[in-house]
Amino acid sequence: METIATNEKIKLTPKDFAPEADVKWCPGCGDYSILKQVQTIFPDLGVPKENFVFISGIGCSSRFTYYMDTYGMHSIHGRAAAIASGVKAANPELSVWVISGDGDSLSIGGNHFIHLMRKNFDINYLMFNNQIYSLTKGQYSPTSEKGKITKTSPYGSIEEPFNSIELALSAKASFVARTLDRDPKHMQSILKKAHAHKGTSFVEVYQNCPVFNDGAFFAFSDKETKNEEAIRLEHGKPLLFGNNDEKGIKLDGLTPVIVNLQEQNISVDDLWIHDENDKTKAIFISRFFDTTFNDVAFPRPFGVIYSQERPVYEEILSAQIEALNASKGRMSLDRILSGEKTWTIL
Amino acid sequence: MEASERGIKKSVSIKEMDQVVVRFAGDSGDGMQLTGMQFTDTAAWFGNDLSTFPDFPSEIRAPIGTVAGVSGFQINFGSTEIYTPGDKYDVLVAMNAAALKVDLPRLKKGGVIIANIQGFDHKNLSLAKYPEGIDPLEGSITDNYIVHKVDITRLTKECLADQGLGVKEVERSKNMFVLGLLFWMFDKPLDYTLSFIKEKFGKKPEIANANAKALQAGWNYGENTEIFVTQYKVAAAKLPAGTYRNITGNHATAIGLIAASEKSGLPLFLGSYPITPATDILQELSKYKADGVKTFQAEDEIAGICSAIGASYAGHLAVTTTSGPGMSLKTEALGLATMLEQPLVVIDVQRGGPSTGLPTKTEQADLLMAMHGRHGEAPVIVMAASSPSDCFETVFEACKLSVEHMTPVIFLSDGYIANGSEPWKFPKASEVRNIMVSFLDRPNGEDGSLQPYKRNENLVRPWIKPGTKGLVHRIGGLEKQDGTGNVCYEPANHETMIRLRAEKVKKIADNLPLAQPETGNTNAKLLVLGWGSTYGAIKTAVKELLTEGYDIAHVHLRYINPFPRNLGELLNGFDKVLIPEMNCGQLLQLIRAKYLVPATGFSKVQGMPFTTVEMKEKILKTLKSA
Repeated sequence: METIATNEKIKLTPKDFAPEADVKWCPGCGDYSILKQVQTIFPDLGVPKENFVFISGIGCSSRFTYYMDTYGMHSIHGRAAAIASGVKAANPELSVWVISGDGDSLSIGGNHFIHLMRKNFDINYLMFNNQIYSLTKGQYSPTSEKGKITKTSPYGSIEEPFNSIELALSAKASFVARTLDRDPKHMQSILKKAHAHKGTSFVEVYQNCPVFNDGAFFAFSDKETKNEEAIRLEHGKPLLFGNNDEKGIKLDGLTPVIVNLQEQNISVDDLWIHDENDKTKAIFISRFFDTTFNDVAFPRPFGVIYSQERPVYEEILSAQIEALNASKGRMSLDRILSGEKTWTIL
Repeated sequence: MEASERGIKKSVSIKEMDQVVVRFAGDSGDGMQLTGMQFTDTAAWFGNDLSTFPDFPSEIRAPIGTVAGVSGFQINFGSTEIYTPGDKYDVLVAMNAAALKVDLPRLKKGGVIIANIQGFDHKNLSLAKYPEGIDPLEGSITDNYIVHKVDITRLTKECLADQGLGVKEVERSKNMFVLGLLFWMFDKPLDYTLSFIKEKFGKKPEIANANAKALQAGWNYGENTEIFVTQYKVAAAKLPAGTYRNITGNHATAIGLIAASEKSGLPLFLGSYPITPATDILQELSKYKADGVKTFQAEDEIAGICSAIGASYAGHLAVTTTSGPGMSLKTEALGLATMLEQPLVVIDVQRGGPSTGLPTKTEQADLLMAMHGRHGEAPVIVMAASSPSDCFETVFEACKLSVEHMTPVIFLSDGYIANGSEPWKFPKASEVRNIMVSFLDRPNGEDGSLQPYKRNENLVRPWIKPGTKGLVHRIGGLEKQDGTGNVCYEPANHETMIRLRAEKVKKIADNLPLAQPETGNTNAKLLVLGWGSTYGAIKTAVKELLTEGYDIAHVHLRYINPFPRNLGELLNGFDKVLIPEMNCGQLLQLIRAKYLVPATGFSKVQGMPFTTVEMKEKILKTLKSA
């Protein structure tokens, strides 16, 4: 605004990103945590407030847009990725964030989802996965586990769920990470990394729906189970888990195996060292989901599973425009109107 | 040339004609579209008025020699004003038996057939499903026509014998032989096509040479053989003075969008998914990257329109192009753009429907979908172009209204005018109007607050680009509070907003040109009311009947929503209103419902445009009916 004519950097606070509108998610919803973490890290990203744009689809997650005091569009079901692509292609200066859910991204919006990953616009894509349709009050989603009893599957769902991380990798996403609502610090660090990554950053956030799918991910956050059920990935660090970090994962040829360091007398150095840039290994890690190896189930990975920068769509587009403009020059409108062949009648 | 040079010069009679219709027909791989376009460009360059009609199958290469694979290109050119590609042709070039079978019914009695005889061998006759033992070039089938049997394949081979080309290349040059022969028949110079060949095959001199040789050989064949004894001369048309180019509707649409971008100062963004017959617009605009045009080939129709909505939100002139099936897929997003009140131009190049229907054929059956095909009360501007060159002006106007009134606009074209071409006296850039756009850059509320849905005197809300300091706000598909744009579920507010959005579109009519007759008087006995691509056939029919003394008039609508504000009054001045449409009566429904006039319809849904003859017959019949 005019009153702030100087270039002086205004220090923003999380409160600057909280609009007056009341937040209307159910009490205890995991979305509150996600909103809090986003508002917490935003002041530190170095982006002017007016350059943030949120584009969301439809679903509980997608109301997020109304709760961020930034530019935003709450759009239609499944289409946020396509709308965000247009925003970013038009104005690469904007920091564009897509907020979507498991149904919005992987069911009705599945096509836009995979193509956004492939095209690699510099967009941050947060998919709130609660493994249920909540806004329509409890039907199974494309990430619901097989056998799930819901209002539309009273005898159990007969469908295989998507493994969203594996799907994003296969669709050529350049950044793929997983975090969860009940670990604020972890989420903040992942959100910052997603923002720092140039390219489409896909972040799957496990989010609890206390009304229709309560506790779906508690095993990954409850003290008693989390060290056994989850594994935290860090670039350059060995794949360790267990209550006392006594377990590790190593690759035996093409088969991941879980080892007990003490019992099997294995050194930490012999373990699989996480390399975010290694897509082949990232695909293995993505399969620590419902796949078993030699009948052994693996802990669910959290953290940056894959990250590899490659040229982003809007920059290639701009570069092509600039290069052509430099070599061919802009054609005058008169030249465009006349085309190549004309004739004159006197 | 002197007779002594060649021995005895044959005697050729010259026939002057006002207008001639030629149909080139052959297999999809015979190059008939290219041949037709070259003939067109030469006729245009020579100064004839003209109208063309490319007519091809939806199969890229149907089995060779079958009727399914016949591709035709029709041109009507003349020394008089031409508005249609012609009902029936004077000359039919038939490269094979299938082409003759498909196109003979519309050759004028006494018309000329130029038949490539190798396309009429036993195999071709059987592929075209002529009964065993029947040669259509002999006997009753072609009794009433002048048949020239030319061994085009052999003659082309002979003239290229010493060129060292493969069979395929030689085979591909035979369309140039035909073109050369036609140029001789119509006394047209070869220069234009020779320079085209040089340009097109610049990097392959042997191919350029072969094409040029075949073209010349065709001309020489006409000049030197005794078969052809008549040349037809069609003088240049007395078109208004000025500089012209030939243009198709899709091409004019693409250029119109570029002009609108330049005149509004808004960068152009096209989000689109390829679909016949709209693809040309995406292809054409893709060439203008050096000029900053952003074309985004989306993953599907929905992403096409949604990416455009995103670009519009970010402040671009945003467009999506499609045809019927794609239009259906876009309707939900179109509702969003209507709800957001964002500018957006949706181009529907109509084709035969429903479903995949007749993908390469024309129809006007998406009008009611354009008017009403959204959930909820979601009025948008609907406009239609009437001819290939009119696509320029109409799409420019669509862009102007869209950005100046913050509303989606549906621009209707169709396969007939999209692919058809005509001479266009194009404007100078300086003659093209400006489009006024402003973006809000400070709070607009009286108390210093931001009111994203506060309206001006035209009920138009401000356009606010993300990135603008101090104006952060959210928009969305949920109902908004009047003024603030905040989510609002109050019953009365919903009705207020519904009515405001409708009134905004309705009010646009205040500044639109009044409807007036193209030809005829405002109190004539009968009005022929048209929209879109029926223009040429109606115009020609009405003009001819006016000359014959009938009291009729022609009004053609560019704006269908809103209608011109005097339309009701205008309609009341006529005793009868006839509405010809390539659908089952869609404008008819709208007119009858809105103005309560006893209009009658004239329907044709055959994937083919109206002919002038059928139009005249219907008008006369309607005039004479009680």
